[in-house]
Amino acid sequence: MSDIFEGLRAAFWLIFTLDADLIEISLRSLYVTTSAVLIASFIGLPLGCWLALRRFRYRRTVIAILNALMGLPPVVVGLIVYLLLSRSGPFGVFGLLFTPTAMIIAQVIILTPLIASIAHQAIRDLWAEYHDLLISLNTSRFQRMGTLLWDGRRALLTASLAGFGRGIGEVGAIMIVGGNIDHVTRVLTTAIALETGKGDFALALGLGFVLIFLAIVVNLAIHRVSGTEVRGRW
Amino acid sequence: MVTSILPLRASDLKVRKSRRLLLDGVSLSLSGTGTTIVLGPNGAGKSTLLKTLHGMERLAGGDIQWALPDKQARDRQAFVFQTPILMRRTVLENVAYPLRLNGTSRKDAFRIATDWLNRVHLGKALNQRATDLSGGERQKMALVRALIRDPEVLFLDEPCANLDGRATREIEDLLQEVHAAGTRLIMATHDLGQARRLAHDVIFMHKGALLEQTPATTFFENPMTAQAQAFLNGDIVE
Repeated sequence: MSDIFEGLRAAFWLIFTLDADLIEISLRSLYVTTSAVLIASFIGLPLGCWLALRRFRYRRTVIAILNALMGLPPVVVGLIVYLLLSRSGPFGVFGLLFTPTAMIIAQVIILTPLIASIAHQAIRDLWAEYHDLLISLNTSRFQRMGTLLWDGRRALLTASLAGFGRGIGEVGAIMIVGGNIDHVTRVLTTAIALETGKGDFALALGLGFVLIFLAIVVNLAIHRVSGTEVRGRW
Repeated sequence: MVTSILPLRASDLKVRKSRRLLLDGVSLSLSGTGTTIVLGPNGAGKSTLLKTLHGMERLAGGDIQWALPDKQARDRQAFVFQTPILMRRTVLENVAYPLRLNGTSRKDAFRIATDWLNRVHLGKALNQRATDLSGGERQKMALVRALIRDPEVLFLDEPCANLDGRATREIEDLLQEVHAAGTRLIMATHDLGQARRLAHDVIFMHKGALLEQTPATTFFENPMTAQAQAFLNGDIVE
């Protein structure tokens, strides 16, 4: 119990004194995860929408695989990205291993199926609602996708936020491809893992509370900006 | 040069769903004027016929021919559903939506939509969510949304089915206006009173087949089939 109080005290102290290291790794955490969420949303949202609209032969199989990929083990993703980006790997020439870019790549791979799958479910329901109207108005496929993405934007925001939630708390993949290098690739989660390993539970807990605080603040800010829950069930 | 999508000729239409034949060899032609009312008991195929003519159902057989190519014909039709489909937008955005699809600027689309909504006394609801409207208002909004592109042919699938007398009256008045302005109306209903008020000619359907297509006066005074006679008498149609 005392560790928790110590953790709370450490968290308060780190925030209150605007600890330079804390700010640096917090900003890096935000940078890596926000970038990954934006890229994964850019791929996943249209992909989910496309899957909801298109009928093709192995559609069900593709959706089942996509749903299964939501549970991709981050460590395995990290390992595969590590092998791809390592000097002997196919993309080794770019020298991306142990950089924030490598961490973003790993997170994009983890988050895209999650965002696409949630988006698919949301758009599928909306498509069922709008189907007759959009067919009757003789809309093109592009217009249908645009309409569904726009009218389903709040549900899609939830998909992206779910991605953010998973990304900001992820440690396995970014530890492998980032290497947890101080002032280069250290983020909140890898720092927590490091401090726990060193036995400094209070600092680890303090960082953990900062991480939770950060996740809540980002979610609240996005809800506030987008007006979710303000305009009823839209 | 042909400028109208009418006449419409449909021959031997067959529509099948889950091995059930919903339309069974329906043939008809529709000229450029009048209001056609599609009558028949539940499950007769009225809605399916309208959706098929509008191009929303896949044909298992038969052929539909408009006077203009299919794409042009589709762009000059509109459809009003029995249960209005409400987009998750404001009333104004709902009504302006078809114009925005056509590339009309937001400003112009909103101006035209506002004019239409004022015309049906929904001017105060412009910025309300469509879901906040009453049943009658929803249907009026859906009707206006269908009319905003000035369709040559308007299909209506029991638009007053769940409305009270006053709302039905408002919808009918608007339909009369629209018809007077030159829009061809093809409407399914099971309300005989409404059919008598609006119909110029009647299509009577039963079990997916078209049993009669006659002028309204002929149909109501001298129906040709026993099923139509039973339907008009309020008997159970076997």
